[in-house]
Amino acid sequence: MKSFDYVRPATVREAVAAAAEPGAAYLAAGTNLLDLMKAGVTRPNLLVDITHLRDLYHVEDLADGSVRIGALVRNADLAHDRKFARRFPAVAEALLSGASAQLRNAATVGGNLVQRTRCAYFYDVASACNKRSPGAGCDARGGDNRLHAILGWSQSCIATHPSDFCVPLVALDAVVEVDGRAGQREIPLERFHRLPGDAPDHENMLEPGEMIVAVRLPAEAARFAAHGRYLKVRERTSYAFAVVSAGAALRFEAGAIADARLALGGVAMKPWRAREAEQILIGAPAAASLFRRAAETALAEAKPSGDNAFKVELARRVVVRALTLAAAGTPERMPALPGSPFAAVFGVVNHG
Amino acid sequence: MPQSGEGLTAGTPEIFVAFRHIPPAGGCASSIALVEHCMGFSTTLTVNGVKRTLELDDPRVTLLDLLRERLELTGTKKGCDRGQCGACTVIVDGRRINSCLALAISHDGADVLTIEGVTQGDRLHPVQEAFIAHDGLQCGFCTPGQIMSAIGLIHEGHAGDDPERVREGMSGNLCRCGAYQGITEAVLEAQKALEAASRKEVA
Repeated sequence: MKSFDYVRPATVREAVAAAAEPGAAYLAAGTNLLDLMKAGVTRPNLLVDITHLRDLYHVEDLADGSVRIGALVRNADLAHDRKFARRFPAVAEALLSGASAQLRNAATVGGNLVQRTRCAYFYDVASACNKRSPGAGCDARGGDNRLHAILGWSQSCIATHPSDFCVPLVALDAVVEVDGRAGQREIPLERFHRLPGDAPDHENMLEPGEMIVAVRLPAEAARFAAHGRYLKVRERTSYAFAVVSAGAALRFEAGAIADARLALGGVAMKPWRAREAEQILIGAPAAASLFRRAAETALAEAKPSGDNAFKVELARRVVVRALTLAAAGTPERMPALPGSPFAAVFGVVNHG
Repeated sequence: MPQSGEGLTAGTPEIFVAFRHIPPAGGCASSIALVEHCMGFSTTLTVNGVKRTLELDDPRVTLLDLLRERLELTGTKKGCDRGQCGACTVIVDGRRINSCLALAISHDGADVLTIEGVTQGDRLHPVQEAFIAHDGLQCGFCTPGQIMSAIGLIHEGHAGDDPERVREGMSGNLCRCGAYQGITEAVLEAQKALEAASRKEVA
């Protein structure tokens, strides 16, 4: 690991002042950053340790009914916050389907949003990667790419964003609050991550030195509490990134779907909101054929980027299953295997 | 002594700490150069109930390396060193974490519990006893991490007596010998023993 300078600011103002230095990086839990630094993928000159900023550890109810989650709230604390999990069950389920208990105990809300792709060619400094060194080429093209992107990819990058948490968040219209030398501003999560285009090294809308201070869920997001699920297909039962995942949230009125939210994970370099599919669902009663039509629409633009054509049909089926589970209703208790397709839900047919 | 960062004047001196090395003209590539050019940083940890103040001459030291190499607490194992295997699991401020992905310097003031600190006098911890009783190990390399993770899991209180929840809650600890069956049984039994003990205490 390359050496670095270290500062531990006491306020957000001090932190953003310190991070204005070229080559600076914010350190929260470090569960992704230290891993990247050990691999030589990320080589900061200065770590700005924000873990001692006590104000960023709170989950607050705001007057307008929205919920503000401080950037340093640990994944496990948010997922096990009973009130939060009751109002946003798909978010809690997504959090608990990610990583391991040890990592969830450390990893933070803000860090989750800015974590890097787990593309093996990005991680391997001996491989060509346009994200790591712009213009170097992409060894993932023509490489082992069965888990790579099927939506929004470009010739220069076919990596995916690994977050589970971001998937239901983007479905529920979360907003990212950031602070920087130019002051505070807000970015809707849907516009926070950037697709690779010809600049895959530009992964999000943060300006140099800006930091995430909170993520906000609007009051509207809690209206889906009775029908919110996250479903995540992995290559092993637990402790693995998504091959494909989906967050689904429905609201029923008089037997018909009054409102619907849908987003996919593991398919693109950003959490993928499927707005057109949502429009198909609204106004109709829940039915397998309806869910299949929504899934077809959600994946209409999907194209394999390598040996991953299977992910297109897998994603459709994950969408159908996630919608089926959401329609059946949020379970009383968090499933033993959160997000798992192997966790049977009473009264729900697992295949169909 | 902590040294203030250059150009960072807004901080409260007591709280705003900085660790800056002044690289020599040719860069600061080797650890020898670092030792020469870094200002030391003092970090205080309570480890297994004992308060320890340590001078760090390099900010890169992980909590895992600090425990093993500075405090000679080698019970905590270095497996993958990348947060994938769980062998380095310790409990920091009441939470199980991977000590390989934690910078020691960032955990100034923390309370750390390692495998060396779980026995109660001469008596093994109930989780240790249960691992022996249920053959929850073969080679033993992952065992300290498994035991610290199990203590964390039981303390978190989400798994109850459901083996599926125990397996899910322990999925961050890999065992190359495949002693998972015994590990799951051990965690379930230890949980029962600890529950019974706490009921006795209340009564």
